[in-house]
Amino acid sequence: MAEITLIEGVTMALARAMEEDPSVVMFGEDVGVNGGVFRATAGLHDKFGDDRVIDTPLAEVMIAGMSVGMAAQGIKPVAEAQFCGFTMPMIDHIMCHAGRLRNRTRGRMSCPMVLRFPSGGGIHAPEHHSESPEALFAHMPGVRVVIPSSPSRAYGLMLAAIRDPDPVIFMEPKRIYRWQKEEVADDGEELPMDVCYTLRDGNDITLVTWGSMVKETLQAADELEQQGLSVEVIDVATVSPLDMDTIIESVERTGRCVIIQEAPKHCGVASEIAAGLADAGIWHLHAPVKRVCGYDVVMPLYRNEMKYMPSVRRIVDAAKETLEVS
Amino acid sequence: MAHTAAAFKVDYFQFLKPDGKLVEDQQVPALARDFDRLTELYKLMVLTRTFDKKAVALQRTGKLGTYASCLGHEAAHVAIGAAMKEEDCFAPMYREYGAQFYRGVKMSEVLLYWGGDERGSNFSGPKHDFAWCVPIATQCLHAAGAALAYKLKKEDRVAVTVVGDGGSSKGDFLEAINAGSAWKLPLVLVIVNNQWAISVPRKKQNTAATLAQKGIAGGLPSIQVDGNDLIACLWAMDKAVNAARAGKGAFVLEMLTYRLSDHTTADDARRYRPSDEVDEAWDNEPLKRLKAYLIDQGAWSDDKEEELLGECKQWVQQAADEYLDMIENDPQPVTAMFDYMFAELPADLIEQRTYAQDYAEDGGQH
Repeated sequence: MAEITLIEGVTMALARAMEEDPSVVMFGEDVGVNGGVFRATAGLHDKFGDDRVIDTPLAEVMIAGMSVGMAAQGIKPVAEAQFCGFTMPMIDHIMCHAGRLRNRTRGRMSCPMVLRFPSGGGIHAPEHHSESPEALFAHMPGVRVVIPSSPSRAYGLMLAAIRDPDPVIFMEPKRIYRWQKEEVADDGEELPMDVCYTLRDGNDITLVTWGSMVKETLQAADELEQQGLSVEVIDVATVSPLDMDTIIESVERTGRCVIIQEAPKHCGVASEIAAGLADAGIWHLHAPVKRVCGYDVVMPLYRNEMKYMPSVRRIVDAAKETLEVS
Repeated sequence: MAHTAAAFKVDYFQFLKPDGKLVEDQQVPALARDFDRLTELYKLMVLTRTFDKKAVALQRTGKLGTYASCLGHEAAHVAIGAAMKEEDCFAPMYREYGAQFYRGVKMSEVLLYWGGDERGSNFSGPKHDFAWCVPIATQCLHAAGAALAYKLKKEDRVAVTVVGDGGSSKGDFLEAINAGSAWKLPLVLVIVNNQWAISVPRKKQNTAATLAQKGIAGGLPSIQVDGNDLIACLWAMDKAVNAARAGKGAFVLEMLTYRLSDHTTADDARRYRPSDEVDEAWDNEPLKRLKAYLIDQGAWSDDKEEELLGECKQWVQQAADEYLDMIENDPQPVTAMFDYMFAELPADLIEQRTYAQDYAEDGGQH
């Protein structure tokens, strides 16, 4: 079994899905011969050829719109937006069509497509390359929003996303594309979407996060544990639909919760989780729920981007503030 | 040294003039002598117009929601449907009923859709046809995607889509042209240019001499036809669909017609459109000239016309009755808004569905 990175997990899943289902195609800018600007589709063009790994003209609306058309007619496109910021023109087709085709036609048609793209900041990229737009997509009925945060979850969730009969937005946290290596078997086993993954069990506080912030959150958990605390860490993984049950079950035990997200705070997924706790977990809470988020500002250019993002210290401080409430 | 890097022209075709006579100065396609075919299509054009009138009447009497009329577009729409095979894919905008009736969509289903019931889009036509598409021009890319799917699967099928003069200003349309060119897709992009995008006239969209030439800019063969001339429309559609099916790539077809109605029943075109322009457009409308031609050729008569109108009224009334009966006696339950969101309903939606059932008696009236 090979040790692989998160992005290699993506690639391995794409290759596996293409092998097992001839209707699966890669569709995007530079995904072919070049293998994607981050190498997510590396080697696929050599293996599967022009008709399966399709370089498109430089037109994001077209990539999204044609993916809807293909998905409705028996091809399973795994479309790539080169960067998170370039998904904005695609939103029309995701919101108005991908998420609606099945409902609009009372089940006569469906839209089994995946839109995958590198998301989030922290790689010294230019403007529009560092956003975390999961809340935008999470607000769209009829689409799933999945964000893996480890090599094995990248592999297993990508397989699940491609095999799913409905559209999935698959956001790849590019800052941690090559952060960790993990042994992942290329066994074709998918991992379930729509559920949270508990990364660490604990009894004193629950830290809830997803995507790249899993890195800082685990580091914060280490610090807190060094101070004698027992910290539960949950990777939400599918931000829409949201598995509140796992989070509430955890908070029932810990009574304290901090939610960490890289995206701006206002109307983010963290807010939805906090509202879910206010609704169904409040009797178990010993302290107010804290959100540690990106600021409600334009994502700064790279010299300041790490100041924008929740740091380990911000997470530890919020956790301590929560723990101080008796 | 300067030289011409590229040159282009856009051909215009009209075979049947507004007075019902064939043009004299050019060769007319054999189709013009196929009176069985022309009569069949004429009947569908009359049915479409009868349906349209009824739909507007239903809206005016509060029995239908906002409705987009197809008045004046009958030749263009019927020709589009008639040129396609069942296995081809149609991605309409939202008023191409003539094409859809030809493909088996029921009139009651069109009414159901505009009557605010999603079941209308689960229609009787080919199951792979796209439903009505309200976001302007987005359907062009769905058709392009369908065309690429057929090409990848090596299926002998063509995707046909319709956009308006307004929609031709949108990026989706231009990106579909580009895609058709880049992949040599079996795709026919029809611009049904009815001169008005709600209140904005054609000349305000841009100063291009034709809209067809946008296809040429993208590398596609592109022509313009008289969209009120069924013979020209069908001839051009046959040409485009056959070329696409033969692997020659995509085609842009601009059909020049006129929106004789308001944009929708929620619009009042008298606020922005001179009545003399509309009067003049009525002289060019598609049914009158085809009827005159068929009568002139001995293929049709006033008696047959009268009989047909009676039949059409009856069929349309039946469709209206079916629609009204369905919304009255078999309405969708509140749960229907949840049941088609996903192949399998996620847990949070199951919870909301159950909650909605508890309040199902609320909100019955607007």
